[in-house]
Amino acid sequence: MAIDSGTTLSQLSARRRLTNVVASVLVYAAFAVALIPLVWLAWTVVSRGIDRFMVDQTGATNFNLDFLQQSMRGVMGGAIAGGALHAVWGTLLITLTAALISVPIGLLTAVYLVEYGRGRLKRAVTFFVDVMTGIPSIVAGLFAYALAAVVLGPGTKTGFVGAIALSVLMIPVVVRASEEMLRLVPNELREASYALGVPKWLTVIKVVLRTAIAGLATAVTLAIARVIGETAPLLIAVGVADSMNFNIFDGRMMTLPVYIVAEWRKGEAVCNDAAIACLPQITEYRAWAAALTLILIVMALNLVARLISRLFAPKAGR
Amino acid sequence: MSKPKATVASAMPASLHASRPSRANRAFAGLSAGSATIILVVLAAVATFLLIEAWPALTGPESIDEHVSWIDAEKGQSLLQIIAYLIFGTLLVSAIALVIATPLAVGIALFISHYAPRRLAAGLGYLIDLLAAIPSVVYGLWGASVLVPALRPFFTWLTDNLGWIPLFAPDPVTGVASPTGRVALAAGIVLAIMIIPIISAVSREVFLQTPKLHEEAALALGATRWEMIRMAVFPFARSGVIGATMLGLGRALGETMAVYMILSGGLSFSWGVLQSGKHETIAAYIASQFPEANSWGVSALIAMGLALFIITLLVNMLARWIVSRRAEFSGAN
Repeated sequence: MAIDSGTTLSQLSARRRLTNVVASVLVYAAFAVALIPLVWLAWTVVSRGIDRFMVDQTGATNFNLDFLQQSMRGVMGGAIAGGALHAVWGTLLITLTAALISVPIGLLTAVYLVEYGRGRLKRAVTFFVDVMTGIPSIVAGLFAYALAAVVLGPGTKTGFVGAIALSVLMIPVVVRASEEMLRLVPNELREASYALGVPKWLTVIKVVLRTAIAGLATAVTLAIARVIGETAPLLIAVGVADSMNFNIFDGRMMTLPVYIVAEWRKGEAVCNDAAIACLPQITEYRAWAAALTLILIVMALNLVARLISRLFAPKAGR
Repeated sequence: MSKPKATVASAMPASLHASRPSRANRAFAGLSAGSATIILVVLAAVATFLLIEAWPALTGPESIDEHVSWIDAEKGQSLLQIIAYLIFGTLLVSAIALVIATPLAVGIALFISHYAPRRLAAGLGYLIDLLAAIPSVVYGLWGASVLVPALRPFFTWLTDNLGWIPLFAPDPVTGVASPTGRVALAAGIVLAIMIIPIISAVSREVFLQTPKLHEEAALALGATRWEMIRMAVFPFARSGVIGATMLGLGRALGETMAVYMILSGGLSFSWGVLQSGKHETIAAYIASQFPEANSWGVSALIAMGLALFIITLLVNMLARWIVSRRAEFSGAN
């Protein structure tokens, strides 16, 4: 009898053990499968993007930064020249403008939600910030385009319109992240400040915001990293350009993500004249080099965000 | 923790700051409340301005077909019909992405919350988050020039061996899978990679909130790790995972560049996900037609954008509602 029940138990447990092992294997496998595209993509971008930086205009192999020092002005066909300087500048200017619009609004909204908000408005704002994070990027681009068409006249495409589109995408990210950071500030600090007779607004500025400054910097950096790679809204609201343009209020601009699409769309260049140096795959090389540049910028921003939060994290903030 | 009340400032002796602090107080409170209101205004403005610009196409004369080159009136197409094709394509590609991404993302979330060694868990989670940091245009470039060529033999194998399933049916004209590989399934696979981070991040949070006592009780009853997860974690996290999946759906519906660069577009209600030139998503269609559109075309495209906005808005609101409902009734907080 005892032996019987012992065998049933062990039979049962063999099946259960098998299920358990299979489940574990599947869970581990899911993680491994997700790493495949990450590694594959990273390797592709680096190995293909490095070409423009390792081969100079004469075709010799030596490290150079020509790609980041030239625009596409006057670069025709398969000419082994041209770079993304105008696109880098465009990306920096537009993203910076978007940050200048989004950070104050996002930060103050987070302050409202954490320090002041109550009742209906707070609930509505919390809900709609969440909803806003789900706006498709192309819809943000269409919105900015429509806004500019109504206010400034049809077909207006400038860097500033693109910055508005990016702000729509960036504000909710800033609000969400900084709200979390402000909630980490212990209430004792606020109460100590009140006890010293400091009014609420000064408490918020001098105590709460100052304590959370590292977290807020991290939040803003991550938000910038999120929108700097946006393509669709800029394609619609800013358009494309081949030359440098430093004026975000006038004329179209190039940005890195759009540059990638534009070069990719050109397809293989046609090389007819043997006398002129020409490379059919030059457009693809340029696209990959721009992708590498963009990824390096995004990763650098992420790294900076991690460093800020690690180095300047308040010791009492837990 | 209860919020400190703002009564301290007003209780101060009048001689200290007279009325200035309270005025500054009110100004600052007003400023922050104003910023919060701006969010609502922006959302309303998005709807309003899209509607203003889409109005000519929505209410315009029947002759809009003549003004817009991509509406082929001779084939009996109308704007509404094209939008219907596009909505079908969008839903199909997103559905493929969800079917692939959900099991993987749940597995990843479980791995990080319950399987990985504690010390590594945070770092491994960060690795998955890196997938979300990669810009969509880079996914598009990689998908179009690296992944699609690599998937082509697999697609051919699918049509050869599973072609009797309508989904994997070969092209009725040529009788084989698309030679370019730029098909709905390829776009769906890349979209799946892109939405895995968001689904797994939200699911991970929900899994971690499972009451420790439930888990320990299950283990104490002799459950294996998998049985513990089925008995304690999944019932607790079910609605959270559904909400996470819908957030992923919201992301997939609006994704533009990856689909635009990978999918070879066309308009039809075809179920054959291995045939090119049969499907197109709203967002990718807008991106491809916008640069060359005239004012009527722009208006029609913005009308499509409005449709996309409404669809994603509904999906996201539903998702947030499901997730928040779980938070309210869970025993964890």
